[in-house]
Amino acid sequence: MRKTWAVARKELRQIARDPLSLVMLIGLPAFMLVLYGFALNFDVRHVALAVQDLDGSRASRDLLGAFVNSTYFDVTAVADAGDDLERITRMRSAKAVLVIPRGYGEDLAAGRNGDVQLLLDGTDATTAQTILGYAGSIAAEANSRLLHRALARTGTPAPDMTAYEPRVFYNPELRSTQFLVPGLIGFLLMLTAVLSTAMSVVREKERGTMEQIRVSPVRTAELILGKATPYLVISLLATAIIILAARVLFGVVVRGSYLDLFVATVLYLLGALGFGLLISTIADTQALAFQIGLLTSLLPAMLLSGFIFPIRTMPAVLRAITNLVPARHFLVVLRGIILKGAGLEPYLEQLVLLAVFAILTLGLASLRMSRREA
Amino acid sequence: MAAAVELRDLTKRFGDFVAVGGITLDVQAGEIFGFLGANGAGKSTTIRMMCGLLRPSGGSARVLGIDVAKDPEGVKRSIGYMSQRFSLYEDLTAQQNIRFFGGVYGLHGPEAREREQWAIEMTGLRGQEHRLTRELPGGWRQKLALACAVLHRPRVVFLDEPTSGVDPLSRRRFWALIDEMAASGVTVFVTTHYLDEAEYCHRLALIHAGRLAALGGVAELKQVFAGHAVLEVECPHPADALDTLSDAAWAREVAIFGTRLHVVVEDAERGAQQVQEALAATGNTPAQVARIVPSLEDVFIHHVEEAEAQKAAAARR
Ligand SMILES: Nc1ncnc2c1ncn2[C@@H]1O[C@H](COP(=O)(O)OP(=O)(O)OP(=O)(O)O)[C@@H](O)[C@H]1O
Ligand SMILES: [Mg+2]
Repeated sequence: MRKTWAVARKELRQIARDPLSLVMLIGLPAFMLVLYGFALNFDVRHVALAVQDLDGSRASRDLLGAFVNSTYFDVTAVADAGDDLERITRMRSAKAVLVIPRGYGEDLAAGRNGDVQLLLDGTDATTAQTILGYAGSIAAEANSRLLHRALARTGTPAPDMTAYEPRVFYNPELRSTQFLVPGLIGFLLMLTAVLSTAMSVVREKERGTMEQIRVSPVRTAELILGKATPYLVISLLATAIIILAARVLFGVVVRGSYLDLFVATVLYLLGALGFGLLISTIADTQALAFQIGLLTSLLPAMLLSGFIFPIRTMPAVLRAITNLVPARHFLVVLRGIILKGAGLEPYLEQLVLLAVFAILTLGLASLRMSRREA
Repeated sequence: MAAAVELRDLTKRFGDFVAVGGITLDVQAGEIFGFLGANGAGKSTTIRMMCGLLRPSGGSARVLGIDVAKDPEGVKRSIGYMSQRFSLYEDLTAQQNIRFFGGVYGLHGPEAREREQWAIEMTGLRGQEHRLTRELPGGWRQKLALACAVLHRPRVVFLDEPTSGVDPLSRRRFWALIDEMAASGVTVFVTTHYLDEAEYCHRLALIHAGRLAALGGVAELKQVFAGHAVLEVECPHPADALDTLSDAAWAREVAIFGTRLHVVVEDAERGAQQVQEALAATGNTPAQVARIVPSLEDVFIHHVEEAEAQKAAAARR
């Protein structure tokens, strides 16, 4: 224990001696949150909408109401029949034009689907995509409501209308930052935990101090514990900073318990630290360690974890690979705790996977470290 | 009493390459044992096997009676090691380095403080202990590295070229420290390729290409020239002279030392005359031919040449 403390204290002093690395470890996460929070914010609100209501029925006015009430759209222009709709978008007086064709109300009353048309300014594809999504779900919801009402009036039993009824539960406003924070935590912890442990061990190999430690009576477990603990603490600190910043800047609140959050995070971090140590037993130079770390943990934590790209939409092969990415499982738990206010019980599977990963990496790393010569 | 270090046919191969080819020797407790060899002779490899950092490919190394390969943990507490590369934390202060190494050796409480003071005193770093190690001059850093290696009072210390890259005055002080340690009963196993430093050692092993070429005290080793004389020759073209004299049957050994030649002959006077005549005949008349007291370097070269000759003979057969 004393030897472990000697190693940990030395590690902390070295980290403190190098202000850049400290800023990297603690400041970078918050910086990236701000960066990603604002840059990757896909939220679109108060979209300028022009309307051409050719139907003029009660149903068409209801549909319009649904658009306005959603607050995603503001009606900025009303076009009459025969107006040049293209001109409206070209003049940028509206980002989208909703055309409600003649017969919309009648179609609904007759129990048919009411078709509407949406013209979109596609200059900004991401925004256009988002608007399309919003409009689609608003229209579908309004449609099905109106259709139900019409069918109820005629006494026909309502067909199963749940087929198309998009509804977003735990993040009802589709606020991207909400969704982003857990992903960011998973990604940044990989950055601090894997890279900094791997680099710190490889640096000692490069400078020859590792050899000096290896002739001392420090046991491998003591060495690993002493090396990993400071980075564990720093990573937890970074997590706390991200959560705090997310709350202050983006109003993201942790709905679940902080203890659950802590437990899940520590479990994830143990695996990450073990992975960093494992890399350090393979790489002999810091440059190599950095590259291996980047390829095997950072990129997957960003691309294959569901942080940026939804796993659901991935090709089957990729989707299978994501199961090997611990960040993916961690993300599921984190989103549950932060967004849904869930406990740990529903995520036993993910937690077990994270624990297995941690045991595997730490075990393998200590095996390789104690067996090594030179 | 058992020897502090016993090597028995200690061997290390890297693939097909034999870095250490079967070394057998004993080092007595309290001895300063010098391990001499050219670059790549296998000095570091041998030391690293003795510290448990490398596994021998054959033979054994016993330190304080314990087989290092079988029980590396068993000897760690009793040995100190200073590697060839400077291996303290340059981004920590002298004191922080001392505390770290004390810590990993399990020192604590009053003992740790006492050893820390001892290390600061011994290195002469009092008042400088809060300076970063990277800012310290080479001689100090080397002494600090030694202090860190022996904080835990090991009974056997392995020093791998501890004085390389250090100025002569610091080297002298460093050897004074080693002398003190040995006087207090610590066994010191030290490698060097400064032949002048060999004079500080009680006994020496000369190794060449991974093999023991000679073993003994300095005076003992110089005995190889008993019954012979070493002549130093100064002439205009030493390289040509080397060719000329190498062909002469009466010159037992010829070697270049800087701008001069050393020639081993049976009789000083007759040999000097033969050298004069042989070189004059090729228009390379020597300015001076004088008998000298053989240095360790002569001894070393003698053994290397002998080893090479044996190898060549073996290859011919
Ligand atoms: N890990 C290794 N793999 C392959 N060859 C090695 C390894 N370590 C050392 N060698 C080789 O073994 C030989 C002996 O090396 P060693 O470091 O023991 O020499 P040395 O006597 O300490 O030399 P120096 O004075 O340069 O320190 C060298 O030729 C070296 O290249
Ligand atoms: Mg060496």
